[in-house]
Amino acid sequence: MTVHHIVGAAVPRKEGWDKVTGAARYVDDMILPGMLHGATVRSTVARGKIKKIKFGAGIAWNEYVVVSAKDIPGKNCIALILDDQPCLAAETVNHAEEPILLLAHTDRHKLRKAVEVISIEYEALPSVHTLDESEQRSAIIWGTDNTFKSFLVEKGDVDALWKEAAHIVEGEYFTGAQEQLYIENNGMIAAFDPENGVTVWGSLQCPYYVHKALMALFALPEEKVRVVQMETGGAFGGKEEYPSMIAGHAALLAMKSGRPVKMIYDRMEDMAATTKRHPSRTRHRTAVSKDGKILGGEIEFVIDGGAYATLSSVVLSRGTIHAGGPYYWPSVRIRTKAVATNTPPHGAFRGFGAPQSLFAMERQMDRIAQVVGISPVEIRRRNFLKPGQSTTTQQVIREKMDLDRLLSRALELSDYAVKKKRFAVENKPGPRKKGIGIASFLHGAGFTGSGERYLNSLVGVDINAEGNVRVLVSSAEFGQGTNTVLCQIAAEALGLPYENVSIAQPDTTVVPNSGPTVASRTAMIVGKLVQSAAKGIQETLTRTKLLRDEYTSEEFRAACKEYIAAHGALKSYARYEAPPDVFWDDEKYRGEAYAAFAWAVYVAEVTVDLTTYSVTVDDFVALQEVGKVLHPVLAEGQVMGGVAQAIGFALYEKVVWQNGRMSNNQMTNYIMPTSMDLPPIRVFFEELGNVHGAHGAKGIGELPMDGPAPAIINAVEDATGVRFSSIPLLPEDLFEALRPESGEQFVSASVRGTA
Amino acid sequence: MSLLPAASAKWEVSFTVNGHAKKVLAHPMERLLDVLRNDLGLTGTKEGCGEGECGSCSVLLEGMLVNSCLVPVAQADGTSIVTIEGMAAHALMKLLQESFLECGGAQCGICTPGMILAAVHLLEKKPQPALTDIREGLAGNLCRCTGYMQIFEAVAKAARQRVAQ
Repeated sequence: MTVHHIVGAAVPRKEGWDKVTGAARYVDDMILPGMLHGATVRSTVARGKIKKIKFGAGIAWNEYVVVSAKDIPGKNCIALILDDQPCLAAETVNHAEEPILLLAHTDRHKLRKAVEVISIEYEALPSVHTLDESEQRSAIIWGTDNTFKSFLVEKGDVDALWKEAAHIVEGEYFTGAQEQLYIENNGMIAAFDPENGVTVWGSLQCPYYVHKALMALFALPEEKVRVVQMETGGAFGGKEEYPSMIAGHAALLAMKSGRPVKMIYDRMEDMAATTKRHPSRTRHRTAVSKDGKILGGEIEFVIDGGAYATLSSVVLSRGTIHAGGPYYWPSVRIRTKAVATNTPPHGAFRGFGAPQSLFAMERQMDRIAQVVGISPVEIRRRNFLKPGQSTTTQQVIREKMDLDRLLSRALELSDYAVKKKRFAVENKPGPRKKGIGIASFLHGAGFTGSGERYLNSLVGVDINAEGNVRVLVSSAEFGQGTNTVLCQIAAEALGLPYENVSIAQPDTTVVPNSGPTVASRTAMIVGKLVQSAAKGIQETLTRTKLLRDEYTSEEFRAACKEYIAAHGALKSYARYEAPPDVFWDDEKYRGEAYAAFAWAVYVAEVTVDLTTYSVTVDDFVALQEVGKVLHPVLAEGQVMGGVAQAIGFALYEKVVWQNGRMSNNQMTNYIMPTSMDLPPIRVFFEELGNVHGAHGAKGIGELPMDGPAPAIINAVEDATGVRFSSIPLLPEDLFEALRPESGEQFVSASVRGTA
Repeated sequence: MSLLPAASAKWEVSFTVNGHAKKVLAHPMERLLDVLRNDLGLTGTKEGCGEGECGSCSVLLEGMLVNSCLVPVAQADGTSIVTIEGMAAHALMKLLQESFLECGGAQCGICTPGMILAAVHLLEKKPQPALTDIREGLAGNLCRCTGYMQIFEAVAKAARQRVAQ
């Protein structure tokens, strides 16, 4: 066998050529004969009883297909975790934009007019719109206490340590909602026939989530539901759970009309109605020794889940486990909860709770440094987790890791020390203030705790008589490079050229359930299974004496031809097996939270302009240890894209709420970074090796979302001396805080030194 | 006024698309984007925002880079339009496509056709662009995946290669 170095090489993206020629097929590019267009009639109030639905005049209603909750053959819910979210509201609505009726027509323009003349009368019910209102229970809108889920993590005896602390540092931090803003809006096409059941084609991340939801909605067995993923134009978590809703809607219209139905959201509908990042509030109370060692502390983390439970419990879980950052806590108590508000449900978004709680942790670290009187660098060095120590969930770090070294290298790459000194001197005169800030953080790869065991993922690899190998997974490509990386792993495992390996389009009638494409799990967990399944092909061919231990691709082709001629087909499957030494207690929230963590130190350099009150990021260094880098260009692209999205999270992207409704649901007034707004994003990797993933790869997709916001706000504080604790930080927020008459009162804060 | 057909009636619009003469019957206010995609089957032109912010629907109209979601089809009457599909033979195209692939300029791919058209437009005006020219030239095209860096690199590389040729 020739020595292959496909893993680690910058091979061409599998579907790349189709993308650069415009030939790639996204759902809106597909047309089925006789197809209708579908539209959704949504609630205009935050909470109320539906009293009357009026179909306005001037519309030939007999031309339209109309679907209401009564048309649902199965259970009126989007099956996910708690099954509390209806597919169509029947009697009450719990948030603005909640779907109530569906319409279909051949003409999209007529469809729009019809939606406009349907008026719904409501009997208003009291509603809550913020975390605080939900906690105060001014109205109970979900369950008995407005709480979807709560966690308590306890390590050591926190109550005993406040007396011995030299300093007790308190802080309160907020993060806002953020829209994923994939450039391709959500969309689905559905077809129905009584014999074969439901088929949907769509823009989505998790084919088997949609599959499960449609089975429940239509009361159909699994073989009568087929889900096909089309090329997907960005997702970032935003196409994790909501596509189940759109698939259900399109399929209900298809069933009632007997024709295929296309349902494509426009940008305004997508932004107003679909999920966003959970807004959060974090409170820290940290006991610190005289020399800056964390003795322990209390962390309270609350997220706004919106009107239904959806994925909030899982987002909360990740936020909870990441709340203590990459630091050693001798003792800690972390209390967290996800609460209900009458807004469209918040959902999955790259980072999944971790960017929120890590923002707080990293701002708190800079605060602790100030109180103790040491530098932001030194406070981190003194508290970094080390191999052999345990995390807040008492997971002992057994992998190789060295945060000290990462930090030193990041400081060197960013020329931190020189700049820090220079800015302190040069900032005094003039309206332009420069600052530099750091964030050190971690991101757990794969599902939390026992999650991967429950997923029980299955992966297949098959061959044809021409010796072509095909990877069979439900893991979707939506830009991150799934297709490419999984084909690289299979090619490497089989010792074949990359060109000989392809990946099947995710279609639930073709691919097994390799789990959802989320949680930075694809390269590490699914990749490892692809490697095993590919090895299985090789083993079968060598066991049947068709292939020697060492072979050329010609010999592999000949062996495939012979095997297929004799047996018809060869498929090899691999199922997830939990590492034997992993222990997780769901009750106490204790144990091995993740099979592996990625580690990172990011450095941001900013200019704050006191004339325009704008913040510009001038330079950005992103250094991480993510295990083996499977593809250098794709890995770098993941980090750059994540950093860009996180710069938006920190400085540009503000969802404006009015009575639980997004009022700036357009790209004109919800601002994401353009090519003019971003600094050079300089990406570096450390490779230390990890035992769990394929070739020692760990997750990478979400990590870069976690660090930039705190690094930037730490830099803004370095530049201005003002302790900002809330993102997004827009010019108007800076103006409020920095104009002379408000500056002083803002700086005073809830910090108490007890030395 | 009275000489014009009613706004709700369909007009016959003639233009050249990718070098071919085309006639379509469409409402005058129909978006050029929809006519290209639905009537002419040119689905390489994408809709991102529908209001001229994201540039995914970029096409070249009389050599100008325009957002086809903002162009009523009546306004395109008599013009020459080039979409991503019509660029296949363009001298710059192959260089850009290859450099986008090599440098990681395309991730999810939905902004890519518009981005490449914007890059063609830029390199035709400025064959040897500085980084600031590239940033400005692509400022009307939003990408949510890449953070733009690898796109800048791809455009710079294609420009270098063309000069070298």
